[in-house]
Amino acid sequence: MTAQAAIRVEALAKRFGSLQALDGIDLEVRCGEFFGLLGPNGAGKTTLISILAGLCRPDAGRATVMGHDVRTDYRNARRMLGVVPQEIVFDPFFSVRETLVIQSGYFGLRHNDAWIDEILEHLGLSSKAGANMRSLSGGMKRRVLVAQALVHRPPVIILDEPTAGVDVELRQSLWRFIRRLNEDGHTIVLTTHYLEEAEALCGRIAMMKGGRVIALDTTANLVGRMRDRVVVRLTLSAGALPPAMAARVVSSEGASHVLRLPDPAEVEPLLAQVREAGGQIAELSVTQPDLEEVFVQTMRGTLAGTQSA
Amino acid sequence: MSRAFCTAGFRTLFVKELMRFWKVSFQTVFAPIVNALLYLVVFAHVLEERVQVYEGVPYRAFLVPGLVMMATLQNAFANSSSSLIQSKMTGNIIFMLLPPLSHVEIFLAYVLAAVARGVIVGGGVLAVTLFLAPVPFMHPLWIITFALGGAAILGAMGLLAGIWADKVDQLAAFQNFVILPFTFLSGVFYSIHSLSATWQLVSRANPFFFMIDGFRYGFFGVSDVDPWSSLAVIVGTFAVLAAVNLTMLRTGYKLRT
Repeated sequence: MTAQAAIRVEALAKRFGSLQALDGIDLEVRCGEFFGLLGPNGAGKTTLISILAGLCRPDAGRATVMGHDVRTDYRNARRMLGVVPQEIVFDPFFSVRETLVIQSGYFGLRHNDAWIDEILEHLGLSSKAGANMRSLSGGMKRRVLVAQALVHRPPVIILDEPTAGVDVELRQSLWRFIRRLNEDGHTIVLTTHYLEEAEALCGRIAMMKGGRVIALDTTANLVGRMRDRVVVRLTLSAGALPPAMAARVVSSEGASHVLRLPDPAEVEPLLAQVREAGGQIAELSVTQPDLEEVFVQTMRGTLAGTQSA
Repeated sequence: MSRAFCTAGFRTLFVKELMRFWKVSFQTVFAPIVNALLYLVVFAHVLEERVQVYEGVPYRAFLVPGLVMMATLQNAFANSSSSLIQSKMTGNIIFMLLPPLSHVEIFLAYVLAAVARGVIVGGGVLAVTLFLAPVPFMHPLWIITFALGGAAILGAMGLLAGIWADKVDQLAAFQNFVILPFTFLSGVFYSIHSLSATWQLVSRANPFFFMIDGFRYGFFGVSDVDPWSSLAVIVGTFAVLAAVNLTMLRTGYKLRT
């Protein structure tokens, strides 16, 4: 553990009835990181975020944000944290600008217009500043949620599936803005089901399942763990795969087959065996696994040695 | 450690609650005033010649303080309870729970906003009913004290109900089976001296009775109970409600899982 932790979680546990939502997890997110928190539904990601945000109280363990305990020093912990919630929620009584002014005031900021204007500009909301929240589209409402999380300039920003149901244009502009915040020194924690986003943005990733962290490493190391594996997709115009290859086949559909090999060096011998058996290859592609493949294998428990960074 | 009070956060939540009801003022302010006016017109028309509660005070005038207080109490309750339940149902309560607002700030902001709406509506009812039934103002300080105290109690009750209720149906039950009977049976339309001894005793267990009786004393200088006793009941009731509310907010009861 380092002294410069933006978020530190120690032996955190939370149970809802018979469901152990968090099972004594330890985790540290360093200042300035772009950190990914991945896992299937029910893995405990939102519970963890809720505890950090003060929406949920842990049964055991401790959590701090920028060194401030989320329970005993909740005022300072919450000032350090901006959370973009998963659900689109809004107050129908107010306009976009009123919403942001109110949210600023909750954090003790009374003259925050310059920053509010800047956020509105970066999120493409300037033209909607005077519009009532009810009149906005779903994508626009999500932009306001992001703006609300940023209105008090928190050093740590948690985005809980911020791009769910969002169009490509917003997604790209949102990531440009969030990347800029990260470059300016803000710590970003992202949960998402879009694994290509996590792979492109996050420097480190924790994978959760059943209330536990089952993988924690840099994105490069996680993907690198399967770099020695390859997926071969081939379609035969004549002949069939030799029976000895059955163990390598992941799926088959007619003459098209997907095979997984433990070593790229095995590709050429495999093709030679196909040809020797009378097979004629019409189409061929060889790919290395991405984060999605790593995620699937990790959740299945077929990828070992996952906590190192 | 975190301080218990931050002025800016409290002020923002208070102003936001004021803005919330003022943006729909036809529903939250003007409609209750019209309702109270209708009560006065109908009841005064039917009972004016048949009922005299206090010597020398026409029934029409007797009704005014009761109606003013009833409107004040009901709207104070409606303000905090409806705001809380709407925020819970729509999920936007998260915007209040994420910032560093303490339980004391949340409690005071909701209750004071409820007091503001109650007093605005009550003041409106008084203003329009004065045209139909002029009343004296014997003890203005008692009028102000009981109006503020009563509104604060109902604001705190509304906050409690809003936190407790999981759905609008439960809140409506609280309103219809607790607030409405307690208000109607508190002496808005009659003096408890016109009741049997048993019902007089029951009435004295109703804190709403003391609010309205003390409030009426401010106008006529006459009441069923000594105003100081009524004030003691009001202070005690508010203290209990405040303690319950603050405990619920501090522990996150039904707000933070």
